Amino acid sequence: MKIYLALFVCIQIFILINIPVLSSAQTDRSGNHCAVQKSPFRVSMDSGKVVYSNQCLSCHQANGLGISGINPPLNGKGVTGDKTKLIGVIIKGQDTHEEINGKIYQNSMPANPSITDQEIADVLTFIRNSFGNKASSVKVTDVKSARKKM
Amino acid sequence: MKQVSRSLFYIFLLIAFTCQGSDAILPIRPDTNRISKLSEPKTDVSLTLPARFTTTVFAEGLGKARHITVSPSGYVYVKLASSKNGKTIVRLKDKNGDGVSDEEIDFGTFKGTGIKVKNGYLYASSDEEVYRFKLNADGTVVNAEKPEKIITGLISRGEHEAKAFTLDNNGNIYVNIGAFSNSCQIEDRKTGSMGRKPCPILDSAAGIWKFRSDKLNQTYANGTRYATGLRNVVGLDWNTSTNTLFVMQHGRDQLHSIFPAMYTDKDNAELPAECMYELHQGDNAGWPYIYYDPKQHKKMLAPEYGGDGKKTAGTDAIDPVVAFPAHLAPNALLFYTGTQFPEKYRNGAFIAFHGSWNRAPEPQEGFYVAFVPFKNGKPSGKWEIFADGFSGGPKNTASGGALHRPCGLAEGPDGSIYVTDDVKGTVWKISYK
Repeated sequence: MKIYLALFVCIQIFILINIPVLSSAQTDRSGNHCAVQKSPFRVSMDSGKVVYSNQCLSCHQANGLGISGINPPLNGKGVTGDKTKLIGVIIKGQDTHEEINGKIYQNSMPANPSITDQEIADVLTFIRNSFGNKASSVKVTDVKSARKKM
Repeated sequence: MKQVSRSLFYIFLLIAFTCQGSDAILPIRPDTNRISKLSEPKTDVSLTLPARFTTTVFAEGLGKARHITVSPSGYVYVKLASSKNGKTIVRLKDKNGDGVSDEEIDFGTFKGTGIKVKNGYLYASSDEEVYRFKLNADGTVVNAEKPEKIITGLISRGEHEAKAFTLDNNGNIYVNIGAFSNSCQIEDRKTGSMGRKPCPILDSAAGIWKFRSDKLNQTYANGTRYATGLRNVVGLDWNTSTNTLFVMQHGRDQLHSIFPAMYTDKDNAELPAECMYELHQGDNAGWPYIYYDPKQHKKMLAPEYGGDGKKTAGTDAIDPVVAFPAHLAPNALLFYTGTQFPEKYRNGAFIAFHGSWNRAPEPQEGFYVAFVPFKNGKPSGKWEIFADGFSGGPKNTASGGALHRPCGLAEGPDGSIYVTDDVKGTVWKISYK
């Protein structure tokens, strides 16, 4: 009897401890769940998720996979590669209906002239580390130097 | 002891269920008498239909199977927006009457959407042209290599490019030329960008153009703009009981992301209606200046032109015949003229809804074939879902990751109907027993 009760209590404690960990484990790469202060990566990811939800999700969808033939997916080489090109697409948009990985998509990507450097860095960091992607973070300094090249 | 362990088990079950979350809330669907029916074992989904309707997988693996048509002799022609064996039209035939095609012939070199057998010809469109192939008496094509080009030089700029069409009984063909824009903003789909006035797109697109079906090399100059203010029409059919053209408009997108201060995500998911219109020469359906609000039953001034979700407008624009939920993407319209299906279906309208993408973050919706009963040329009852299950389940529907998306509809000579899917290129045949 006592063993069962002890087991039950143990499992309850395990579940209670792990609920917040499990729910955030998908995006958390800092590996330190007990830290009071979030890592810079974590901060950028969280802010980037907010930007994504407000400005990207309606076309590219919650799962980042877009819609076949209409809005392109945000996984794979296109978004894990050249940061300067990505920053350019966010600022200036893309309206050429050019092929993306061999496929053509109907909708144009609108320009975002008022988006801040911080928002661009965060949302790209989020995209480059979500939807199955794993790539380096984008920093505000990357955005600033990309703007100079435009 | 036993009781304690049993109660512990129940507590664990309770915890397990509580942790599942609430993502399984299904959209409310119109009431319809459906039974679950397994399609052919080949397929990866099971369709649900009203009682006594049966389905077979007529063909699959065709690629982007768009519209479909059937000759009086039973040859089934499917237009592809992709190429199969380097060809873009597929001819199918069920020789032994088991509801499955056992012959396939591929021909044609232009990708596109529209296809229709009429008066001894097979008409088919690319995104800029309409061609016709002469048919033999048995319904086969005389010369698959050399179709006649009847219409040429139509605008196609990558957005709403499909040249869907239908024909009347007086030698005319009605072609959709979709707007290469969402809402005629100065910058397409950009947050806060206002609308161009007058919208310059309306001169050469965003409407239905009428041409002759028997004249070659017609351009804009030879056609007439039959109706305007239609953003994009993929589903259209000539209603032979009213002798008028009916169309399904793809309504505008992104009210929330373009005007976030005026429209919430939820507003965006529910606005505007996908509208069925009955068109007469000279009609204006109002795009881009207005959209139709299905809850208020009103034509609303588009925010790009000073609207705020409350101001009405469009006194010069026609009203829809039926208003469907937003963003479902009606890709085919078929008035049923057969006698195989029960009385209720005769002269009624089937609509293939391709399924939404612009309801996110709300769940996506559609991916079914709907039906509207008609009497004396008017809808005589509420619309209902006729064939469902194409997406492969509620999760696929909600995420928009549908396994199949209904795109084309056609009626066969025996009164069965065919449904195409442009994700995997499956063709279903639906019959009534």
